[in-house]
Amino acid sequence: MNAAGVRSVARIVARDDGRGGTTLPVLASDGPLALRRTRATGAGARVMLIGAMSGPLGGDHFTVHARVEEGATLSVGSAAATIALPGQAKGEARYDVRLDVADDAELHWLPEQLISAQGSDLCVTTRAEVAATARLVLREEQVLGRTGERPGRLTSRLTLRVAGRLVLDQELACGPGAPGGWDGPAGLAGHRAVGQLVVVRPEFGAEPVQGGVLAEGAALMPLAGPAALVTAVAPDALRLRRLLDEALAQLG
Amino acid sequence: MSRAALLVLADGRFPAGGHAHSGGAEEAVKAGRISGAASLAEFCRGRLHTAGLVSASLAAAAALGIDPVTLDGAADARTPSPALRVAARKLGRQLLRAARATWPSAELDALGRQFPKGAHQPVVLGLAARAAGLGPVDAAYCAAYESVSGPATATVRLLSLDPFDATRVLARLAPELDRVVDRGVEAARRVVDDGVDALPAPSAPLLEIGAEVHAGWPVRLFAS
Repeated sequence: MNAAGVRSVARIVARDDGRGGTTLPVLASDGPLALRRTRATGAGARVMLIGAMSGPLGGDHFTVHARVEEGATLSVGSAAATIALPGQAKGEARYDVRLDVADDAELHWLPEQLISAQGSDLCVTTRAEVAATARLVLREEQVLGRTGERPGRLTSRLTLRVAGRLVLDQELACGPGAPGGWDGPAGLAGHRAVGQLVVVRPEFGAEPVQGGVLAEGAALMPLAGPAALVTAVAPDALRLRRLLDEALAQLG
Repeated sequence: MSRAALLVLADGRFPAGGHAHSGGAEEAVKAGRISGAASLAEFCRGRLHTAGLVSASLAAAAALGIDPVTLDGAADARTPSPALRVAARKLGRQLLRAARATWPSAELDALGRQFPKGAHQPVVLGLAARAAGLGPVDAAYCAAYESVSGPATATVRLLSLDPFDATRVLARLAPELDRVVDRGVEAARRVVDDGVDALPAPSAPLLEIGAEVHAGWPVRLFAS
């Protein structure tokens, strides 16, 4: 950990208020990460993640921890895309997301895109621990470079456990310095936006989704557990979002 | 151990059914992403550093004696495409049959009982290496090499590519193959203390999406 980098931790705890709603006993953040409760459309609570400064920059370490307790419903979004930028501090930046969803709870984790700007070096880890009767919708989108720009180095690992059992563990590595072939015919083949949509529902255990190709560059895949993954590649962020939105709509 | 056993296990003619699979090359050729030796090399390089590294680390871990059921679960989690999970189990079952006939062992018999529909192929490969008296490095080499030799051989048939060109692609990948094996074995050794999360999980988006595209075709030359 480089001393010149910024550490920032944001914590959210969502709790069933016993009257059909959700309270937020913990909504804490410091440094560049800020959290705001916003008006919810349904029964649950809604939180926006606001980056008060641009970043993460090289050497920074951001952590977001969201815990949704039994019976609570939480939806988290972000105000704008996160842009990984090169920093004055040497070394990679880290962004760690930890999500815990208890029984009968529901989490919608739908942040805006992560943009890997030229010269940046970011390592993202997202770990979701989901209880047997919990529900989760999680979207991650990686955009390689701002318009017309080369991407930075980005490594993003996504791990999902349902009822303690590993269901998904995958890492995407791209940009300069990534292992060879990342942009080749097996990897991204020139696509500059790539995304994952994870949907966990207890009913998928007995009745897995029917997988297959959704559109060019997008596939819906039932995982080895009560969950499904949509993986999509697109030329740009806009078309990627359209693919993932359509996939989510199809899942109902 | 006999080093010659490695040649038997790694031989493309070892009767384990691998020739029926293209490792994603059939779909990539049809989509125009593989059109000659240069794009084949990039395809193989991408596959080596993703699926190849995962397979190498799983095979090495199995060869070290890590519980195959746990490893099989780790393989499932690293293989989101159901078409690829089916292919990996089919290949695992065929390899197990050949390995049990070649190097009879109680561990291979037990694996057959635990996975009547087949375990993931790299896990079986690691246990087959063990039964043959080979070690984790040997198992990782077999897995890493298969991750690129399959698509290269398939592309010779699919594109009528000059076999000399395809072989040159493989030979030029050799230094990277060495590095992938080193990483895979190192990760496998960490599993002993840190559990299977220590195994690498690199993914190649178009291999996963392409496998689902391929599985939807009514007529295919290769099974995957």
